[in-house]
Amino acid sequence: MAGSAEYTGVDFYDIDSLLSEEERAVRDTVRQWVSDALIPVIGTAYDEGRFPKQLIPGMAELGLFGANLPEEYGCAGLNNVAYGLIMQELERGDSGIRSFASVQGALVMYPIFAFGSDEQKQHWLPKLASGEEIGCFGLTEPDFGSNPAGMITTARETSDGWVLNGTKMWITNGSQATVAIVWAKTGDIDDAKGIRGFIVPTNTPGFTGKDQKGKLSLRASDTSELHLQDVHLPKDAILPKSAGIKSPLMCLTQARYGIAWGGVGAAMACYDEARRYAMNRVMFGRPIAATQLQQERLAEMLTEITKGQLLALQLGRLKDQGKATPSRVSLAKRNNVNMACEIAREARRLLGANGILVEYHSMRHLANLESVYTYEGTHDMHSLILGQEITGIAAY
Amino acid sequence: MKPLAQLHPEPLPPFSHPDVLATDTLLSDAEKALRAEVRGWVDERLMPRINDLYFAGEFPGEIATEMGRMGLLGPTTPKEYGGPGRSSVDYGLIMCELLRCASGIRSFASVQSSLVMFPIREYGSEEQKRRWLPPMARGEVVGCFGLTEPDFGSNPAGMIVDATETADGWVLHGTKKWLSNGPSAHVAVVWAKTNGSDDPKSIRGFLVETDRPGVTVHRIDDKFSLRVSESSAMSFDQVKLPKDALLPKSGGLRSPLSCLTQARYGIVWGTLGAAMACYDEALQYAVRRVMFDKPLAATQLQQERLADMVTKITNGQLLAIHLGRLKDAGQATPAQVSLAKRHNVDMACEVAREARRLLGANGILGGWHSMRHMANLESVYTYEGTHDMHTLIIGEAVTGMAAYR
Amino acid sequence: MKIAVCIRRVPDTTAKIVIAAAGTAIDPAGVKFVPNPYDEFALEAAIALKEQAGDGETVAVAFGPDSVQETLRTALAMGIDRAVHLQGEPSADGLANARVLVSHLKDGGYDLVLFGKLAVDDYGQQTGAMVAELLERPCATAIAELEVQGGTVKVMREIEGGTEGATCALPAVLTCDKGLNNPRLPSLKGIMAAKKKPLDVTPASVEGAQATVVSLALPPERPAGRIVGEGAAAVPALLEALTSEAKVL
Repeated sequence: MAGSAEYTGVDFYDIDSLLSEEERAVRDTVRQWVSDALIPVIGTAYDEGRFPKQLIPGMAELGLFGANLPEEYGCAGLNNVAYGLIMQELERGDSGIRSFASVQGALVMYPIFAFGSDEQKQHWLPKLASGEEIGCFGLTEPDFGSNPAGMITTARETSDGWVLNGTKMWITNGSQATVAIVWAKTGDIDDAKGIRGFIVPTNTPGFTGKDQKGKLSLRASDTSELHLQDVHLPKDAILPKSAGIKSPLMCLTQARYGIAWGGVGAAMACYDEARRYAMNRVMFGRPIAATQLQQERLAEMLTEITKGQLLALQLGRLKDQGKATPSRVSLAKRNNVNMACEIAREARRLLGANGILVEYHSMRHLANLESVYTYEGTHDMHSLILGQEITGIAAY
Repeated sequence: MKPLAQLHPEPLPPFSHPDVLATDTLLSDAEKALRAEVRGWVDERLMPRINDLYFAGEFPGEIATEMGRMGLLGPTTPKEYGGPGRSSVDYGLIMCELLRCASGIRSFASVQSSLVMFPIREYGSEEQKRRWLPPMARGEVVGCFGLTEPDFGSNPAGMIVDATETADGWVLHGTKKWLSNGPSAHVAVVWAKTNGSDDPKSIRGFLVETDRPGVTVHRIDDKFSLRVSESSAMSFDQVKLPKDALLPKSGGLRSPLSCLTQARYGIVWGTLGAAMACYDEALQYAVRRVMFDKPLAATQLQQERLADMVTKITNGQLLAIHLGRLKDAGQATPAQVSLAKRHNVDMACEVAREARRLLGANGILGGWHSMRHMANLESVYTYEGTHDMHTLIIGEAVTGMAAYR
Repeated sequence: MKIAVCIRRVPDTTAKIVIAAAGTAIDPAGVKFVPNPYDEFALEAAIALKEQAGDGETVAVAFGPDSVQETLRTALAMGIDRAVHLQGEPSADGLANARVLVSHLKDGGYDLVLFGKLAVDDYGQQTGAMVAELLERPCATAIAELEVQGGTVKVMREIEGGTEGATCALPAVLTCDKGLNNPRLPSLKGIMAAKKKPLDVTPASVEGAQATVVSLALPPERPAGRIVGEGAAAVPALLEALTSEAKVL
């Protein structure tokens, strides 16, 4: 039952009235789960630098993985707004947990759904939806971050299948995944059109995943390096409909869409924490909420959150109409993550010295959001994607 | 696990500071020599392990005496009390080099120098000065400073710790929070209201040995920032103090605030060091990291980042040097110190964040320095007068009207 | 086993309540409504009983205006099989409302009828017991444990200073207390499936209501805190205030 201190979100412009009953129900379910199951364990998980694995069955049971994919594959078949709301609520808890769900849904299940054969879909999607299989997405390489088309991982066709070689970096879920979607060049090393996706069970000989240690951000998420050395795969490991760099970029567009909502969630968490703290913290004989400087901080946060909410929602409606172009997604990812970075920082500052303590959430969000600022297309890359859209001229 | 410093694909060259407007020409040869000496020591003794210390949340206690030998503790203390009798600009240059490494390292030296040795020098008796200052300057005795309380941060005048005079001394009671160096300190400078008064004018300073019965130190470990620094709370349960524990010349809130002005002055320089460290790391990375077949440094967006950073740093350099010269001339006002503290900390926060961002995904790894500085600087933004408090101090100075309440 | 769960829609306990102009009802504008929290224990119990038995049917029943359909769909999303909406305006007379529910329940063939022990909006605590009376069935209120054994149901009730065990012959009416179980969250698939489950609407109206609400008031606003002073010097003033004003000493 709801206690009075329960998190109830931030909705200054009655944006709830723009959501359907079912969208609100989805949001409320995930919000409640985050309050009940995630918030109590996240501080320790973050401090210890590990993903809270014990949450996976609960997430699967609620249907959080690939929730916008069709029911015939064991998924919830939600629209994109409801999917976005899930991402928002998960990131209200922690960016690392949202990343986990994003990777499983947008970067593993989506490419199998979009580029896979019927057999691949029937085999993999229900298992990924139920959390029986955990996936990761291998695109980025040590020297090819913002420019994945330059990748040097190769897939050579043999008489009975494929042989993959290469190294992938910054792979969320990499060390605990049971299956990886690996992108590799099948033709000439300079030919980005030859890039294809492969479904690689991580127990295939020659495949190793190793955690990156010493992170100052996303500490509740596993980030790994994947090594593929003469990894032999059967013929049907290839995603038959994947074709060129466009295919993994389509996956990223899905993930970025989720981040546009996730940023709003993290910002809402920080604002909520800052507002409560400001009301309770007394300095000079009155709550700091009564001072002009803190009121300005809170007003600024609320304004930016409200704008971000409307941006995410409209983008979601466009996506449901098939009109969310990659550059539209870029605009929202760029804006909402930047907005969340600012809000997390200002919330941390409002919390004063207490704001550096692990028991408060804003500084954890602040640190996490720096990763979010960089991954799935850095802020700068999205500037240039938009720049190209506006001017028609590429400036990468 | 390998030391984090070895995780770089290729080690970066040693630190060198940006100096676009030739601000070095404003420094004497002796000042530059001092800076080079401290920089060399930091590079050799601290830089290779600072990230590991940060992850472990450990302060390298043995550097206290090393710093003492180099004259980095209480550097402005006169020679007759065991100090090197250096200028404020010298002190600033030391702070700059120490924070270039880590906020926790600078905090250690700053607390010892500005918040412990300074009040003893200013408000202590001749006996107190002779007893405490020389071993403190050598780093053999470590001090800490107790002013902030759990419910009185920006408003120390509201403090409730009390010292009551008895026939043979004082009884100190209450709790202080956010004392850097607390766990290793031998002595604390504690500020308390006296004899049950609620009037801030009754505030006096006391020298409290931390092994006295009734003194308890609580480490604060679960933090996202200043992880190399030993933060603590300290409680005093009816602690009996001798008569000569009182700093005789201390009186009113002005006394601890004068210490804070010293410490804030050090922060002005220190944050400059942090910003320069982040800028240097970002620049070195940008010229080496190739993306789309050219170095990041050859792209307009990263050049804009670097240009913004170096402009901000240059502003900060000029502020620090000018303020230092004013201080050495005995002319630096608290509001002038506030202006520079507020500016340089904010500047360093921005530079650290943008440097972290230029480093891309690598920027979140503990083998690099910018994100650590970014997290540390959040504490610096808040401590020694929050950014907002300095806004209001400057506001009061320019309008004549106080708006704290 | 066929189980009915009678549920109510109530304002979220965290909602800020405003009383409407007439002074006898709350203003629903901007208020978030949720299933009555005690009813969630009843819903969970029904779903769990059916899961244990492996067969049977669970039916959520609500009497109220169209807005209760959202609450019914929440029940369906949790896993209830079908819903019955008795469409109309409930009165302040618990007995009259109970008669409306009974009009559906009496011929439904239910082995168990479950309620929450009370609704958190009006704290009436009438309907469950009155429905049992009208159906001429045994009733156990505020149950914290529940086990069906053949033709009887074994319950445990938390009473002052201890517990009371009891059995009722089926069919029976039970009202559920906190501690009975941990209500599940509606899963996302459940939310989608709820739209496709049957929700039958039957017009219903209260007859012979003999009670009305004449006034509704919010608790008096808590006076603002007052700082009587700081430090040891404040103690005498604080003692004085606690003794003569608050009269707690």
